Amino acid sequence: MKFMEQRSKAMKAELKKFKGFNLKNLPEFEGLAPGHRACQGCGTVLPVKLALKALGPNTIAVSTTGCMEIISTPFPYTSWKIPWIHVAFENAASVASGIEAAIKVLKRKGKISKKQKINIVVFAGDGATFDIGLQFLSGALERGHDFIYICLDNEAYMNTGVQRSAATPYGAHTTTSPAGKVIKGQVTWKKNLMGIVVAHNIPYAATASPAFPIDLMNKVKKASLVNGPGFIHVLSPCPTGWGCKSEDSILTAKLAVETRIFPLYEVIDGKYILNRKIDKPKPIEEYFKLQRRFRHLTPEQIEYIKKRVDEEYEKLVKLCECFGVES
Amino acid sequence: MGEKVAKEVSIAIADAVAQCKVDVISAYPITPQTHIVEHLAELVNNGELDAEYMPVESEHAAMSACIGAAATGARTFTSTAAQGLLLMYENLFIASAFRLPIVMVIANRSVSAPISIWNDHSDVMTMRDSGWIQTFAENGQEAVDLIYHAYRVAEKALLPVAVNIDGFTLSHVIEPIEFLDQKLVDKYVPPLRMKYKLDPKKPITMGAIGIPEIYTEAKKAQDEALKASYRIIVNAWKEFEKLTGRKYQPVETYKMEDAEVALIIMGSLAETAMNAVDLLRKKGKRVGLLRFRLWRPFPMRDFIRAIGKVKAIGVIDRAVSHGSTGGPVGIEVRSALYQSNKRPKIINFIAGLSGRDVTVEDFIEFFERTYEAISKKPKFSYEIYGAKE
Amino acid sequence: MPKDQGLVSWKELAPGMFILEPGNSVKFKTGDWRAYRPVLDKEKCIKCGICYTLCPDLCYKKDKDGYFIPDLYYCKGCGVCAKHCPKGAITMVLEEA
Repeated sequence: MKFMEQRSKAMKAELKKFKGFNLKNLPEFEGLAPGHRACQGCGTVLPVKLALKALGPNTIAVSTTGCMEIISTPFPYTSWKIPWIHVAFENAASVASGIEAAIKVLKRKGKISKKQKINIVVFAGDGATFDIGLQFLSGALERGHDFIYICLDNEAYMNTGVQRSAATPYGAHTTTSPAGKVIKGQVTWKKNLMGIVVAHNIPYAATASPAFPIDLMNKVKKASLVNGPGFIHVLSPCPTGWGCKSEDSILTAKLAVETRIFPLYEVIDGKYILNRKIDKPKPIEEYFKLQRRFRHLTPEQIEYIKKRVDEEYEKLVKLCECFGVES
Repeated sequence: MGEKVAKEVSIAIADAVAQCKVDVISAYPITPQTHIVEHLAELVNNGELDAEYMPVESEHAAMSACIGAAATGARTFTSTAAQGLLLMYENLFIASAFRLPIVMVIANRSVSAPISIWNDHSDVMTMRDSGWIQTFAENGQEAVDLIYHAYRVAEKALLPVAVNIDGFTLSHVIEPIEFLDQKLVDKYVPPLRMKYKLDPKKPITMGAIGIPEIYTEAKKAQDEALKASYRIIVNAWKEFEKLTGRKYQPVETYKMEDAEVALIIMGSLAETAMNAVDLLRKKGKRVGLLRFRLWRPFPMRDFIRAIGKVKAIGVIDRAVSHGSTGGPVGIEVRSALYQSNKRPKIINFIAGLSGRDVTVEDFIEFFERTYEAISKKPKFSYEIYGAKE
Repeated sequence: MPKDQGLVSWKELAPGMFILEPGNSVKFKTGDWRAYRPVLDKEKCIKCGICYTLCPDLCYKKDKDGYFIPDLYYCKGCGVCAKHCPKGAITMVLEEA
């Protein structure tokens, strides 16, 4: 337990020093340039912009194949103002591990200035993280590299045309889990990725939503301050794939939190912290009615979702009580 | 001149990699390459090698991490065989397209199914199109020399290099090896300086979309780079000869000066074949042996020159290319010859699959069959030799 | 004709087809995608910066008086800024034909 305590102490000091961003003193730095090809109202590119704002120019980004890579680098244009690499679909975590190891050893050998802190951030989609890239994420987390993994979860393989992934919520219509006459939408519940990540005992893991931009930026910054892997699971609305109006995309991200579907919490060194207690959740129908992908839900499905969402939320509250921060 | 030591070839390779002051090692263990990565881990953990050792969770992750590390300007190393090579397949093409100087040692092992751990070339023959520079070692000394050479060439040509050694038959044997003096290594393999790398001071975008309006140009640029690397490879061998006296060529010949019949074989079986050549030469037969030391870029001119005036060539493949017109080497040899004026008869055998012994007697048989081929066309375009009927 | 379809000569490509000019997508106009344009009522605006924070297309820039002004060269007319402005100071207006 001594090692965990030492790590906790070191982290608490670093995290304490960080006072948090606020709207009035946002950093001016932009890691992304306008002119990218994201859809109108894209809720996936917004977290990228906010994350890079929080991290600053001394950042190297790794992207998986997916929307974010496609919209930002149609040759000869690039929207990335920081160094950026895209290798393949599933392996961003491993590429980031290699970059981190290289920087570590080059600093040790004096080929890079030791004083320069370089953030390494991965922008990966839900398909690339929940499905095909799970092994690579797990390996990188286990090896304990000092990097930040941001999973931009738009709940399907959006770039290839809205096919289901393990992150697609129960009942949602996608092209490979369509709302048909016999089977209506996705039949499995969303994979508990945060649970898997937290089981790796990493210093920092959190969920975030672009509807709470300052909270998202704070979390990205905290993930960069800890020594070791930081993981952020961002719910990223996709108006095209979710079937909502482009102006409603951030609103859906807000409702997802306020209906308890996507609670905002952090797990700092194994301790659960609920960032936003939702004692009086908004009705789940408010969230569903904005999105065409849910319009076929039967009353039974909605009942089941309601019950299960509440159950998962209660579980989370209990985790915060049992494994929470000492008050 | 250094001193000759008796070392297991895998250990010697790891020592040579350490001498090259590698920065990042990212490897996943697979028979028969395990001794290489184990020894490197030992060197790192004993403080004898200052490098980051990444015990990755799969070969795909190993090559991905190498790509990330090389893109940041670090000298990298990985090693694999058979299934591991096939698992990292998509990254091989990416590594060469990104022009990253990664060095990989492949301990050639046959590919599943049936699963087997023994030696043949079926793994490396799957990566002919990958854009990597590929070389073959025949004995321990060559393996170590090719490592020094690999780093020098990779970093000058900005292309990844795969050094092939036969699994078990070369990786696990103890051979007399003369290492290069460390001062000479430092001179032959100077510190890596990459112009284009991931650096916040000079941001670049690596891996943009290759729209139809640029993909052709990108591939042409990559292809020209691989073709141009031939000069760099040959010059590096010339430099090496100055340092050590050991001479290496893209196509190695043995008693080819007046040969009328020749065999082509790659890897450590060549030494067995040389015994057959000597035996037959004693009997007055004008036979010779050819080995591709450089496999990619294919040394067409050296090859056409090396075959001299032979009347027939027996190509001994160590991998099957199912349903094609020959074994992999047979296909390339026929294709290369067709572009010249020389028309020796060709007979193609596939032998030594998955560690099946190929003896001096077998090689003598190959020579006899090749002699027959001068006057009588072989019945099949390739023959899996030695399969029990 | 196939010969002239390439964007640049293969000789001019950086090795690895890397793009060496960071952020050069600023040269690409996405403003012609929109059907609606955001219009700011400066009377109502409290200069909170939420529009600037939430714009996915990085369109908003602070002017010398502290108001956030959308750059119509890039604005795709998504309407997120109008939806989330706490004072309703932004209205989405149909672009003229």
